[in-house]
Amino acid sequence: MLELAKRLTEAFGVSGFEEEIRAVIRAEIAGTVDDIKVDALGNLVAFRRGTGDGKRVMLAAHMDQIGLMVTHIDEKGYLRFAPVGGIFPLTCWGKQVHFMDGTVGTVGLDGRAKRSEAPELKDMFIDVGATSRAEVKQKVGDVATFIYPFVAQGNAWFASNHDDRIGCIVLAQLLRELKGAAITHDVYAVFTTQEEVGLRGATTSAYAIEPEIGIALDVTLTGDLPYATPAMEVAMGKGVAIKVQDGGMISHTGLNRLLIAAAEAAGIPYQREVLLRGTTDARSIQTTHAGVPATCLSIPSRHVHTPSQLVDRRDVEGAIALLKVFLGGAIRL
Amino acid sequence: MADLRAILEKLSNEVGPSGREKAIRALIKAEIAELADRVEVDALGNLLAFKAGDGPEPRLKLMVSAHMDEIGFMVLHIEKSGLVRFGRVGGLDGRMLLSKRVVIGDDKTPGIIGLKPHHLTSDDEDERVPDIDDLAIDLGAEDDKAAGAKVKVGDYGTYATRFTALSDDPAWPTVRGKAFDDRAGCTALIGLLAQRYPVDLYAVFTVQEEVGLRGARVAGYRVAPDAAIALEGTVCDDTPKAPDEDVSPVTQLGAGPAVTLMDRSLVSHPGMVRLLQETAAAEGIAIQYKQPALGGTDSGAIHLTRAGVPAVTVAIPCRYIHSPASILNLNDLTDTVKLVAAALQRVTREDVVRSA
Repeated sequence: MLELAKRLTEAFGVSGFEEEIRAVIRAEIAGTVDDIKVDALGNLVAFRRGTGDGKRVMLAAHMDQIGLMVTHIDEKGYLRFAPVGGIFPLTCWGKQVHFMDGTVGTVGLDGRAKRSEAPELKDMFIDVGATSRAEVKQKVGDVATFIYPFVAQGNAWFASNHDDRIGCIVLAQLLRELKGAAITHDVYAVFTTQEEVGLRGATTSAYAIEPEIGIALDVTLTGDLPYATPAMEVAMGKGVAIKVQDGGMISHTGLNRLLIAAAEAAGIPYQREVLLRGTTDARSIQTTHAGVPATCLSIPSRHVHTPSQLVDRRDVEGAIALLKVFLGGAIRL
Repeated sequence: MADLRAILEKLSNEVGPSGREKAIRALIKAEIAELADRVEVDALGNLLAFKAGDGPEPRLKLMVSAHMDEIGFMVLHIEKSGLVRFGRVGGLDGRMLLSKRVVIGDDKTPGIIGLKPHHLTSDDEDERVPDIDDLAIDLGAEDDKAAGAKVKVGDYGTYATRFTALSDDPAWPTVRGKAFDDRAGCTALIGLLAQRYPVDLYAVFTVQEEVGLRGARVAGYRVAPDAAIALEGTVCDDTPKAPDEDVSPVTQLGAGPAVTLMDRSLVSHPGMVRLLQETAAAEGIAIQYKQPALGGTDSGAIHLTRAGVPAVTVAIPCRYIHSPASILNLNDLTDTVKLVAAALQRVTREDVVRSA
């Protein structure tokens, strides 16, 4: 799984520009599913047939990560940018970014910004090492993002985009481990697009699939950092988190009961997650058509939406184990 | 090509704030009566015009939309004095209200947003923009009874600006008027209906865009198109800049149709963007890109309907948008019609799918 994690976290994929990560994932899950297609919004929809006695289950992990879009190239060859998704300005200055074509840049801070205060994005620019506009290959509308090498250090995995490549890793690894095994339920494994700009890919893919059960696989914040505010129970390394609610969704209680029962029966560590901010693809799955019982299995992650995010290998393995147990059993709500 | 200036003049002068599109819809319906194969009005008031394609079946179904509604205000209360209190409909800019001529209701009752004379204002008041809650419209009525005979609570109103041609220079033909957002788009859409295309065309004149892309959402669901293009009047900021400021304008007047790459509501479909780029190159039409990350359009709602729709927005730059008087360059409008018409002639199934 380490190699899978490395390949998925080092592939390019910003909201709306998911071509590369989609191709990488497609190659990784080739041969593990009965059907695979790409829809109008770029979602990668993989179908794994069950025995026919189960439900239609949609599992969603988003391929996109936050990034920067070029809005203007000035005479000196510096690139001004707008955020794609929730970029914290504090995390940008001095960071290296990569464009889709491999071009590297450094985020600089212009002379208007006081170095002692939190900067604003309007005072920043991407420096690709050009000395004039004519030398810049990039165009307005091109996107860049933070991509750093994947590092495994003890149980901790470092990557610049665990939100939500770790969900994609869980889902891809799950499909691989289920290869050849009989599963009760029809599984739609959806690698979604444009989550970071408004859950857009999940909205349209859920409409097309009309699932009976929806589970998003995403990261969640943790309460194990110094002075964590607001207080939060979830900690890295203490197990997969079963979402009770977040800023945009209240999970289906019956579905959560089943997941908890499955985790306890199999001895898989889990945590109950109450997240006060943010939401996941589960929200748009839950509200498609006439409504769908939905929840989210979260991987606790430190430093979400910064260029260096951490997860714990054991939580990742726990999520995969729990999904295998869950998909092997009956779902009666 | 149809006389786009004459159509824009009629559309700009008509009143139609979000939720009260009856008059502007009737006007557009009359304009397109001879151009469309079939016209219908849905539950929210969207006007849907269908024009069958002449290409081989199965044909692509393209939805091209423009919103009929404009920003405006609504009557909230009539004071004993006959002065009319009002609230916003859509993004009405408080800085622009002062001393403006307005019309209210289906009868277009004239009035003016009154302001205390300069003689009576303190220095402090001089430097602040009065809040909309402190303003009132004066109909010249004697009292509440007289005012109430002319307008009712819940009546809609808009600025009273009349359309004017500013420049007849064919290289730089400019006009001034209200509601170019999005009567410019509606004008372009009427212009597009003059031709027949290989694809099936649904030209949809939507309602309630300015209050949350509401008409487009249900129209997109109803039409279920293979791809969608929204036509807009968009922000153009040619206003004075500091000399050392090296920033991109959102759009520029006279620089051609503005293609959206990403805004707050949409990341444009790469195939649709490529289609417009290739069409522009083939037709020799200059295009510009709207500065990314600003605003939102009907495409934002349409692309999320059902299982998802490849979408893009093309806009006509309008200076002083959402103000009582915008300025646009008719060449941008004409080129928008040319660009989108040529794109509708060229579009293939390959343009609306994604690479695996």
